[in-house]
Amino acid sequence: MYVAVKGGEAAILATHDLVAEARRGDESVPELAVAQIREQMGLACGRVMNEGSLYDPDLAALALKQAQGDAIEAAFLMRAYRTTLPRFGSSEPLDTAKMAIRRRISATYKDLPGGQVLGPTYDYTHRLFDFALMDEAASGEAQARPAAQPLDASMPRVPDILGAEGLMEEEAPPEGDPRPFDLTREPVTFPADRDVRLQAMARGDEGFMLGLGYSVQRGYGNTHPFVGEVRVGEVSVEYVPEELGFAVDLGDVTLTECQMVNQFAGSKEVPPQFTRGYGLSFGHSERKAMSMSLVDRALKAREFGEAATYPAQQDEFVLYHSDNVEAAGFVEHLKLPHYVDFQGELELIRRIRREREQRLADQPDEALPEAAE
Amino acid sequence: MTVHQSISDETRPAYNYAYLDEQTKRMIRRALLKAVAVPGYQVPFGSREMPLARGWGTGGIQVTAAIIGPDDTLKVIDQGADDTTNAVSIRRFFERTADARTTEATDEATIIQTRHRIPEAPLKAGQIMVYQVPQPEPLRKLEPHEAETRKMHAWAEYGLMQVKLYENIARFGEVTTTYDYPVMVNGRYVMAPSPIPKFDNPKMQMSPALQLFGAGREKRIYAVPPHTSVRSLDFDDHPFRIQSWEQPCALCGAADSYLDEVVIDDQGGRMFVCSDSHHCETRRADGHRGAMLADASALHLVEDEAKP
Repeated sequence: MYVAVKGGEAAILATHDLVAEARRGDESVPELAVAQIREQMGLACGRVMNEGSLYDPDLAALALKQAQGDAIEAAFLMRAYRTTLPRFGSSEPLDTAKMAIRRRISATYKDLPGGQVLGPTYDYTHRLFDFALMDEAASGEAQARPAAQPLDASMPRVPDILGAEGLMEEEAPPEGDPRPFDLTREPVTFPADRDVRLQAMARGDEGFMLGLGYSVQRGYGNTHPFVGEVRVGEVSVEYVPEELGFAVDLGDVTLTECQMVNQFAGSKEVPPQFTRGYGLSFGHSERKAMSMSLVDRALKAREFGEAATYPAQQDEFVLYHSDNVEAAGFVEHLKLPHYVDFQGELELIRRIRREREQRLADQPDEALPEAAE
Repeated sequence: MTVHQSISDETRPAYNYAYLDEQTKRMIRRALLKAVAVPGYQVPFGSREMPLARGWGTGGIQVTAAIIGPDDTLKVIDQGADDTTNAVSIRRFFERTADARTTEATDEATIIQTRHRIPEAPLKAGQIMVYQVPQPEPLRKLEPHEAETRKMHAWAEYGLMQVKLYENIARFGEVTTTYDYPVMVNGRYVMAPSPIPKFDNPKMQMSPALQLFGAGREKRIYAVPPHTSVRSLDFDDHPFRIQSWEQPCALCGAADSYLDEVVIDDQGGRMFVCSDSHHCETRRADGHRGAMLADASALHLVEDEAKP
């Protein structure tokens, strides 16, 4: 037994202490409270909830604290916790048409029932540092004034408006409206149905989904999207307990929904119409929902008889590679010892080189013989 | 409102024996039974998200968790050694969650979870090998699409693999796969033996032990029942051959074990030692001495030989 590998257990325990020390940083700086992260790093918590597949802002904040702000490590903590939770049922389908709107914009209509509601967005900020934020005490007043008029009670979703005219691809649940697949409990098979694809993308890495969505726009896939609508707000979650037989309100979740409107030239059976790409995510996360809706449309290539030439159109490619917790695990497993396999490669390459040199020495004038000689 | 459980000592009973809940264990056992019934066939299973990272043995851990009981003795190795860091980590996981009795002795273990090696000591009937598998699909490097490779297995359409091996021989004079060398199981399915060196492939052939394979990230389980034919793919005129070394183990003198290369200085100095640490220790305890054992002992590179 070697010193180099001996003492693994003591070393592992010591790394835990070192992580705790690195996490705390300079002890003269006050420690972050989980509530501070939840309230002041809400977008980061949203990302962790999405990629951790668990709606719980408190746990997301704790995960971020424990992971020193590493979003993927935080999502991993969420998932490892989530996997142990009992499942006592499924909620009723959420109705995003009844969302308590914080933000709602459409790029396809100048005005529409309910109007355009900008809400909190970085879109029109100039990305100049606000050095006042450096000063902890200075932030003081951060209250927005309420609008003069309340928002309309009715905010119909844009694809529903198009659908009323028959111009939008119809989307009905599959026969019998079965319970959606749960990819955390069952293995995915291919080709994957849309419920599986949407589920995988909702928990997929934001950066990966963004890159794929961008690739579709740049020509690696042929969709021509318009943002039919992006809406952000609170939706209530209802559950029907078997013993009661009626729906009980479990509380609200903050959601971002994006519906892209895409062209479709039509086929023999189907007249030209618009098609949709759908994105839904926890928290306020427009970039994620928009990327997801671009890729959702691209993944419908098979259903519309389009050639699935590009990565964003291939369900195996998208579903297998968008899961950042799995991807990170496998990429980082390369840190594990591989010296047994490497020894096999060393032995092989030394032997092949020895044989090659031998051959060259035997036939100094001739070039390396051709294959299979 | 969420009630959070803190994972401390007083709430430890919140985790089931061996971490996984009984429903999940049942699901995994069903997959295992199917895998044993169809040797070499990859059974999809509802791989759970584990508190250890994907690619770090979550498939093997789930299989072990599904089969381990209070009467079992567990051995965990990585690269053939019991004290490599991830083997230590996995062993601690089962000591914590299943109060597992653990051992480093191959012949005392009822379950051996492994990454990249099969122990040198012959396995016995009643023992179970659990392999951690990164890529269960032996055809993946030839065909990236799962939908296609499943069809290829269904039709036993393995021509692509034969062509690949042939091309290796044509270019290099031999098959250049040194680990995860594909095998034909029970004359039916081509199977990835996991990244064990091809040196270990012959140990799978007609083994009296049950061999279970878990791929957590890829969500597949497969198996080789005891006394099943496991043949490494080859050609009549280019028979399968395993690695060999020009020198025996520097510590125990074994000439028939898989050796790791240890760089001992910056002058090109190398020593070759058994990768199976328990095998090497056992041999030294039996009085076998390699050429560099005295040096290694003096440098405290090995434990005091008086107390093996």
